[in-house]
Amino acid sequence: MMRHAKKREIPIWATKPAFIVGIIIVVTAILISFFPQFIAPYDPIEVNSKAILVAPSAEHFFGTDNFGRDVFSRVIWAARIDLQIGVFATIVPLIFGSLMGLIAGYYGGVVDNILMRIIDILMTFPFTILVIVIMTILGQGMRNIYIAIWLVGWMAYAKLVRGEVLVLKNAEFIEAARVTGFSDKRILLRHMLPNVVSSAVVFAASDVVLCMLTGASMSFLGLGVQPPTPEWGAILNEGRAYIMNAWWITFFPGLFMAITGIGFSLLGDGLTDFLRTKGK
Amino acid sequence: MNGLNYILKRILQIIPVVFIISILIFLMLRAIPGDPARLVLGEKATIESIDAMREKLGLNESYIVQYGKFVKGIVSLDLGTSLTYQRPVIELLRSRVKITLMLTLISTFFSLLISFPLGYYAGKYKDSMFDQIVKSGALAAVSMPSFWIGLLLMILFGVKLRWLPVGGWGNTFIEQIRSLILPGLTMSLLTSALLIRNIRNSVVDISNMDYVDFARSKGISERAVKNRHILRNALISTVTLLLMRMAYMLGGSVIIETVFSLPGIGKLMVDSIFGRDYAVVQALVMLFAMIILMINLLTDIIYSFLDPRVKF
Repeated sequence: MMRHAKKREIPIWATKPAFIVGIIIVVTAILISFFPQFIAPYDPIEVNSKAILVAPSAEHFFGTDNFGRDVFSRVIWAARIDLQIGVFATIVPLIFGSLMGLIAGYYGGVVDNILMRIIDILMTFPFTILVIVIMTILGQGMRNIYIAIWLVGWMAYAKLVRGEVLVLKNAEFIEAARVTGFSDKRILLRHMLPNVVSSAVVFAASDVVLCMLTGASMSFLGLGVQPPTPEWGAILNEGRAYIMNAWWITFFPGLFMAITGIGFSLLGDGLTDFLRTKGK
Repeated sequence: MNGLNYILKRILQIIPVVFIISILIFLMLRAIPGDPARLVLGEKATIESIDAMREKLGLNESYIVQYGKFVKGIVSLDLGTSLTYQRPVIELLRSRVKITLMLTLISTFFSLLISFPLGYYAGKYKDSMFDQIVKSGALAAVSMPSFWIGLLLMILFGVKLRWLPVGGWGNTFIEQIRSLILPGLTMSLLTSALLIRNIRNSVVDISNMDYVDFARSKGISERAVKNRHILRNALISTVTLLLMRMAYMLGGSVIIETVFSLPGIGKLMVDSIFGRDYAVVQALVMLFAMIILMINLLTDIIYSFLDPRVKF
């Protein structure tokens, strides 16, 4: 069609403004998390008894908290921890879950059956509840947040990749590879994986939001990152007691979390669009 | 009847699931490092009372016997005693579960109220300004932390405007409903966003179907086309999604109830984890699991009735 041909000539940033906004937000967030020391004017954990609960001003952009700590500096430094949780809590399930899905889908059989049954049962449970239950067993702390999310998160990827493998298994080029006598390992890694991994990666982009929010929720409940470490959920939790007279402690960390979350969601949506058009 | 058979089959399918879940929960307390008797009694317990508790919990017996007793306890609703409250766990649950169920119902109500008009008109006027705004709003709602939204609503309506209570629970019914409005609204945002996307997309898809064009060309009024064809079909997937979301809202109750200091089972869960009140935690996990299984069962049954294409 003519319209279609014309569309191609328009540069990508003009047709997908939302995707570009997403990329800008995510890149900015990553830069902040790498170089907080160049942006934050104060030490995030430095107590200042002379400036307690000061409202936002030129000196303290986001005000100060009950220990006189600069909220802006805390929010900036927190980006490092929150992004870390978002990214690393996603990467491990992405890799492990995809491999499990690949193997289960390719070989099938009893193991696949049992595995999928267990995943189906566990996945009907809310993510938050599963993570909290595991946190209860493991105890509080940042390391345990990772472990809890890893233990729960891989299942979605396994299911997703397995579904794709089942479709692909009967494709002609896989048949051809098998007839040629390639080993299972080669077929799985060289032929299957490149074709199924894209949907898992796209899912991961929005999964980062879920993992980041879950990590922050755990810290908000007091189960995760412990004070005085700056983390968005933890700062919000500390600010909750002062909500009546110091709204800035809760407002700004949440705002940063919301913007980062929206950035990753836009990125994920944009990637999904690309995948869909590629598929057609 | 075939429908009855299907329901029976689905109920029977739940039995192995309940079995697996009960084993997982049974193992949960034993997976926590330390002596379960000490975990149940707390750090300050004396050696004698720990020995007595070990005997009572049957920890000196084999795992199979222990598991049998555990199941017997659940069936006879004897869930142990809360360490923090010094009351039978079952009593504690009975007084708390009502609040969480009310919260879930209110937020379901809000979700429907928000998502149907927005989703329908966004789908009907696809790609319009309105559609763009609704779509962006939905995307923002799924990307934001619910506890932050809750705190913002609290600052605005509780602290600044003073229209609604900042948190806590009331004594009279009116007070209770008032204290559920803000948490219910907070909880409904994520669900609304997901429902809006679903309703919008099904309205777009269905409006392009031949039979809707056909209905219009027959001269049926726009209103009848909307009610009889478009909304009815959008309803099937939406109801299914909504029921599934109710299970997730229960999970969200842990956070929302903490934000608004609502004494429901979600807050009880957090308090019990901090108080190392493991008898309560165990009972709550079991309760959550049972409610979620029931919701799933209900979803499947309702879905099979709504969508005639499902074969029994």
